Amino acid sequence: MSGRVLVGVKRVIDYAVKIRVKPDHTGVVTDGVKHSMNPFCEIAVEEAVKLKEKKLIKEVVAVSCGPQQVQETIRTALAMGADRGIHVEVSGKDYETLGPLQVSKILAALAKKEQADLIILGKQAIDDDCNQTGQMTAALLDWPQGTFASEVTLDADKLKVVREIDGGLETIKIKLPAVVTADLRLNTPRYATLPNIMKAKKKKIANVKPADLGVDVSSRLEVLKVDEPPQRQAGVKVETVDDLVGKLKEAGRI
Amino acid sequence: MSNPLRGDVIRLYKNLLYLGRDYPKGTAYFRERLKAAFMKNKDVTDPEKIKKLVDRGEFVIKELEALYFLRKYRAMKKRYYEPEH
Repeated sequence: MSGRVLVGVKRVIDYAVKIRVKPDHTGVVTDGVKHSMNPFCEIAVEEAVKLKEKKLIKEVVAVSCGPQQVQETIRTALAMGADRGIHVEVSGKDYETLGPLQVSKILAALAKKEQADLIILGKQAIDDDCNQTGQMTAALLDWPQGTFASEVTLDADKLKVVREIDGGLETIKIKLPAVVTADLRLNTPRYATLPNIMKAKKKKIANVKPADLGVDVSSRLEVLKVDEPPQRQAGVKVETVDDLVGKLKEAGRI
Repeated sequence: MSNPLRGDVIRLYKNLLYLGRDYPKGTAYFRERLKAAFMKNKDVTDPEKIKKLVDRGEFVIKELEALYFLRKYRAMKKRYYEPEH
């Protein structure tokens, strides 16, 4: 057991920003828009750092794929307590089409290279809402997975994961190495304050290209069009039940 | 004439300014009020009083961190989870 945990972090448009679709409908406006770490990724980093503070694991490595700017996101992870970072350089057209399949291939290659025991990811990104990267990574590595984790307990080489599922909570026990994806209630992420950011400047971020890992980042998907959701029609108020029945009949509902 | 606590005060100001970037009402709004609050006490020289003010500043930092977390948590909860959760 290397005691090494890989945490994937994604740079996304800040959750509080009002999203605008580009006039040519090819995507959303990202230029000059505030970006930050995906909230579920923050929870993933926090969980890894907590495990290290409990001395259950030895090293937390933060990984992000993208252009130069993702280094900010890696720095935030380092400020939260990660030991070092890996920046997988993907830019331009490749970055625009980068999706869960490509990222999971990259993470799988890195997990093997770094001999990681555990990969913790956010359950999904708030920009594409795919909820696929964790599952795909586990499949590529043939590792067990504990997704939608709201509680994680590590005991030697066994992981007890309490999962949030539609019916309630499911508790599973999986053997390391494994992939875990973080759900909202897993923990309360610490804020990366200025003193922590300053201290983190000493920590190293390695640069790697997908080709170095033997990963082909070409996408099999093509985005045809991006649109805003349809405008909600205003509701209509009625006075009596008879009016309601009348309106429903008009609309062909009954 | 530089008070030895000057460094602490400046550090506090920088930390608060950094936190202000995520303030819901905007960075400019936050910065204005932060500057005004610090300027109001610029003539305080008693180290005891300065320490108390710095402590209050640290408390505000904790409050802001809590505010930011709650806002984000509630937004995520609203977007991704059924009402009865």
